[in-house]
Amino acid sequence: MGALEAAPAARRRGAVRNVLRGAASPVFFLGPAVLLIAALFLAPAVVTVAISLTNLSVATGLTHYRWIGIGNYGLIAHSPWLVLVLRNTVLYVVATLVLFNVGFALVLAILTAHLSDRAAGVFRVLWMLPRITPSVILAMMWRWFAAEPPYGTVSQVLGLVGIPGHNWMNAHPWAFVVALNGFVGASFGMIIFSSAIAGIPRDQYLAAQVDGASAWQQVWRITLPRLRWPILFVTAYQTLSLLTSFEYILLTTNGGPGFYTTEVWSLYAFHLALSNYFGNTQFGLGAALAAVLVVLGLGASLVYLRVFRFGELVAAPRIEVN
Amino acid sequence: MDVVLEHVGKQFGRVTAVEDVSLTVGEGELVALLGPSGCGKSTTLFLVAGLYRPTSGRILFGGRVANDATPQERGVGMVFQSYALYPHLTVFENIAFPLRVRRTRGTEIAERVRRVADLVGIAELLPRRPGQLSGGQQQRVALCRALVKEPAVLLLDEPLSNLDARLREATRAEIRRLQRELGITTLFVSHDQAEALSVADRVGVMHGGRLIAVMTPADLYEHPPSRFIAEFIGTPPMNFLEARVEDGRLAVTGVAPRPLAHPIPPGTYVLGVRPEHLELAADGDLRAEVFLVEQMGREWLVHAACGDASLRLLTGAGAAVTVGSRVSLRLVWRRAHLFESQSGAAVPFGLADAPR
Repeated sequence: MGALEAAPAARRRGAVRNVLRGAASPVFFLGPAVLLIAALFLAPAVVTVAISLTNLSVATGLTHYRWIGIGNYGLIAHSPWLVLVLRNTVLYVVATLVLFNVGFALVLAILTAHLSDRAAGVFRVLWMLPRITPSVILAMMWRWFAAEPPYGTVSQVLGLVGIPGHNWMNAHPWAFVVALNGFVGASFGMIIFSSAIAGIPRDQYLAAQVDGASAWQQVWRITLPRLRWPILFVTAYQTLSLLTSFEYILLTTNGGPGFYTTEVWSLYAFHLALSNYFGNTQFGLGAALAAVLVVLGLGASLVYLRVFRFGELVAAPRIEVN
Repeated sequence: MDVVLEHVGKQFGRVTAVEDVSLTVGEGELVALLGPSGCGKSTTLFLVAGLYRPTSGRILFGGRVANDATPQERGVGMVFQSYALYPHLTVFENIAFPLRVRRTRGTEIAERVRRVADLVGIAELLPRRPGQLSGGQQQRVALCRALVKEPAVLLLDEPLSNLDARLREATRAEIRRLQRELGITTLFVSHDQAEALSVADRVGVMHGGRLIAVMTPADLYEHPPSRFIAEFIGTPPMNFLEARVEDGRLAVTGVAPRPLAHPIPPGTYVLGVRPEHLELAADGDLRAEVFLVEQMGREWLVHAACGDASLRLLTGAGAAVTVGSRVSLRLVWRRAHLFESQSGAAVPFGLADAPR
């Protein structure tokens, strides 16, 4: 009798052990990554959102702040500068992305694909230089490049043909902000697109030539369709990094010239939270701005996935995992 | 349209890929270029296609020099070894590609694609993508894409080498049927002799960038002009035995000297005998010890050692040979070939007691 009663309990214990054993390997494999993500991404995000719900600033210090709910978000929504900063952000991201990070990168990748390996290598390394140059040095170079006479390179060169010199960055701040970021950013797309183009079999181009396709038709009908996935990747990735990067703007125009001419969202957040003109840096408001930026980035990513029909691009995994 | 190559050469930097190739492919003829890998046969095809420009010589299409003409101007259709289908396009769009790039009207494209797909028998595959097709189906799509332009000349670069054995036989018959039906001048590149011999009107053999012979398949097999060709053509390959000519007699290693019908300069030679021209006989010309018997269904391939030489002979299935047994072999002298040992050139010969 006793033995019979004990049996189900033992079986239950065995079942529990099996479940644990089954759970052990996923926990083992996923654990480190989950910990890292929690510590480095999740926790800061939670802290940011938490701070955004307070009036934390230099004035309140860490002891006298209050929880003010969504007050900061209300401030943002009713800010008179909201439309201006938002418009600047969209202009900055879209212009840099379309003209340089994707557009120019594609042109570079396609052109270098037709060069010899050595020439293409030299050319690509040249375009990598802005990326490996410290941003402060690069920004200083561009400032001197655009400076008024007798210093600025642009002014000197244009002076030779009789065009009066002035500070070109003040005259065309957006051109410089976009070009500077684009010169740094284009190499990323160029490398991604170049390797994708290198993966297209040469026979496909030969077949197209036999069929009478011009160089342009080969690019349009063979190369570009096969770059859909890399273009999606570069677009999404660079959108997010452009949304959050403001160091080149900070180091060149610093949001100017004049009032908020080139002030983008992340720079606006930085100015309010960490570098306030009046000395009273508003951590709470800055955190709220950062949180809004995350939502904007997520929204943009979702739109991209839709536009590029991401679902069709994803292949089944090669390695079967139960 | 006929295609003529006159002393055509192609160099890539210092490397000579093709040297002094002269060849005529007649109107409606199917010529195969056969050779081991790296012999320059694909380069020759690319030269005819217009993908490469010759560094010397002339290429004529229908009597007009076409050295600098684009593939489009030459009117060639080509099937690549890899098929080179575009994975992002449907089968329909793949076949339509040559028409799209020359801006043919949509209705005409649909009609021509459908017609050529019917001809090759892949009409039901049109909406699919290349990734969803088998190798044989992909090959047919590539053939359709080459034919949809109604080219004057069809070029096939190893079109069957990625197919499995059974499909390859079916497809080569199919290619032959289509080529006859359309009467299209065709140049076909292959490293597989069975493929080249079975499909072609004439076969050009390439070696080291040169075209060393252009002959009908039968001539190539029956009368190989050199030892290289004799060795390259025929499966299982020909046997070679060292031989000497002295005092008007031919002395083959392991065989009693035989008198020659016509004088041949004395010296060392190589005697070539195909496996089907070595026969088991009670009192043969040479003795050998069997070391391997491959049973291949209809016939057996027997490997036997004769001194240092290893011989292959074909016997009917069920022949009385076992590994280790000693056999006596008769040479079919009329079908044997004699080659100079240095140059490898074929030397006509006949035995006084065994007339050819």
